[in-house]
Amino acid sequence: MVMKGRAHRFGDDINTDYIISGRYKFKTLDMAELSCHVMEDLDPGFADRVNEGDFLVAGKNFGCGSSREQAPLALKHAGVAAVLAQSFARIYFRNSINNGLPALVCDTSRIVDGDELEIDLQTGLISNASTGEEIRAHPLPPVMLKILSEGGLVEYMRKHGALTV
Amino acid sequence: MGAGRTISEKILGAHADADARAGDIVIARLDYCMAQDGTAPLAIRSFEGMEGGEIAMKGRAAFCIDHNAPSPLRAVSDLHAQMRDFASKYGLELNDVGEGVCHQVMLDRGHVVPGSLVIGADSHTCTYGALNAFATGVGSTDLATGLLSGSLWFRVPETIKIRVRGTLEPGVFAKDIALMMVGDITADGATYMALETGGPAIEALDLDGRLCISNLAVEMGAKAGLMEADEKTRAFLEGRTRVEYEPVSPDPDAGYAEERSYDVGDLEPMVAKPHTVDNVCPVGEVEGAPVAQGLIGTCTNGRLADLRAAAEILKGRRLAPGVRLIVAPASRGVMLAALREGLIETFTECGAAVMCPGCASCVGTHQGIPGDGENVISTANRNFKGRMGNPEAFIYLASPATVAASVLEGKITDPRKYLG
Repeated sequence: MVMKGRAHRFGDDINTDYIISGRYKFKTLDMAELSCHVMEDLDPGFADRVNEGDFLVAGKNFGCGSSREQAPLALKHAGVAAVLAQSFARIYFRNSINNGLPALVCDTSRIVDGDELEIDLQTGLISNASTGEEIRAHPLPPVMLKILSEGGLVEYMRKHGALTV
Repeated sequence: MGAGRTISEKILGAHADADARAGDIVIARLDYCMAQDGTAPLAIRSFEGMEGGEIAMKGRAAFCIDHNAPSPLRAVSDLHAQMRDFASKYGLELNDVGEGVCHQVMLDRGHVVPGSLVIGADSHTCTYGALNAFATGVGSTDLATGLLSGSLWFRVPETIKIRVRGTLEPGVFAKDIALMMVGDITADGATYMALETGGPAIEALDLDGRLCISNLAVEMGAKAGLMEADEKTRAFLEGRTRVEYEPVSPDPDAGYAEERSYDVGDLEPMVAKPHTVDNVCPVGEVEGAPVAQGLIGTCTNGRLADLRAAAEILKGRRLAPGVRLIVAPASRGVMLAALREGLIETFTECGAAVMCPGCASCVGTHQGIPGDGENVISTANRNFKGRMGNPEAFIYLASPATVAASVLEGKITDPRKYLG
């Protein structure tokens, strides 16, 4: 599957409080409501600017902090189609895949805000149409690929009942 | 890498019936599952979506209502009600409003023993590593998978071995060791890895201090913050659990990704400055910065030893004019012990607002949201912008003693001034 979208650039150590603040996430499971506040404390205009199918591109340690699964869910509901980062914090990384939001570990250092990207999830190849550059993402472990290909862990468990390696 | 195995490799291997080695992916049987009111409602939704019927973890799972407790909003009350209904329907232990912070409740109730494998839908589940358990934070859907099937997949982590030696000076505490480590290793220095922390300075700490250090493991990105069990661990578990357990030690020739050692003999009280936990400096560098509010409590520093350290400084004194202090004991057990020792009386007399056991204002939903431009000094583990509910406030992290000294002066203060 090839996805096309625009890059929204963020820095290092983007924590889950920034992705969705505790003052919103504790009171509702309505992801449409939460998605209006995504990245609010860091970039108040982001929720309005992001279009369906866009990519969030960050530096190292994306998603550090709390275990809130509302973080990838709110990004997904805001329209973000994938997150690209130099590295991810591990709980966020699992949560993202578990909810069917691709999280790609790759060299993001030359992607700037507004770049048009094409991502082939099958091959992990990222083409930057704005610069002509190609970047390769690190492959996911097979168990995560399987979860992602089922559309997330809820669907996986409904179908299989238990995890297998 | 040596032929021997680390604590993580041994515990995960034993729960997966495999010779688990760093980098392997295993499916391991869980001993206990926990979720709190910020994560349980979504876990319930995921569990129902899985359409699996009964839970595999009956009698070995708990929900805790601590992050938003007592409920400040009608919408939150509805989510709490869902947790109560689910717990009653599926046979989970429900720790309701006032029982305390989920992690302290898990420890008080003896749900965590050495060698066990525990997941919690809360990032600070790594705290139980101080009890020699492989305990790690997960999201809601992983938790639901654990509840339903009794097992979960894990990537066996590489380990950083940390040896801490030296004798702490008066006024310097476990929290200062933990902040020093986060400052040195940084916010992502241990991502995907486990820490094995030991050495004479760790052995000298009581369990409350060790738990504080393991609590901050995730602030370095670590999956687990393990320590070996000793006589103090056994004494801590005495009367809390009847479960038989087998402590797990690493092999002498275990393979480590990295080894670090620290001498804390000349360590000073440390402070993490806004807005990242690894932005650490000795207290002297920020001494004098004005403080509007203090927070003493949380899963990092809401235990009895912490309340004693703060009360020693606050006893017989008053908060500086215009300064607020929020105190929240970590659990009902801690609250009762603090009441019996007169610590709650000390806090109340000095001008503090004592909350019911729980997370209090640490997570930014209630019980002390700071105002615009205000500085807060807190014993918690996170100082991210907006963490306490206001992105226009500034959070400094420190030990209970440093927080106590600072609220007496209305500015960040070295606690050694009030000791000895």
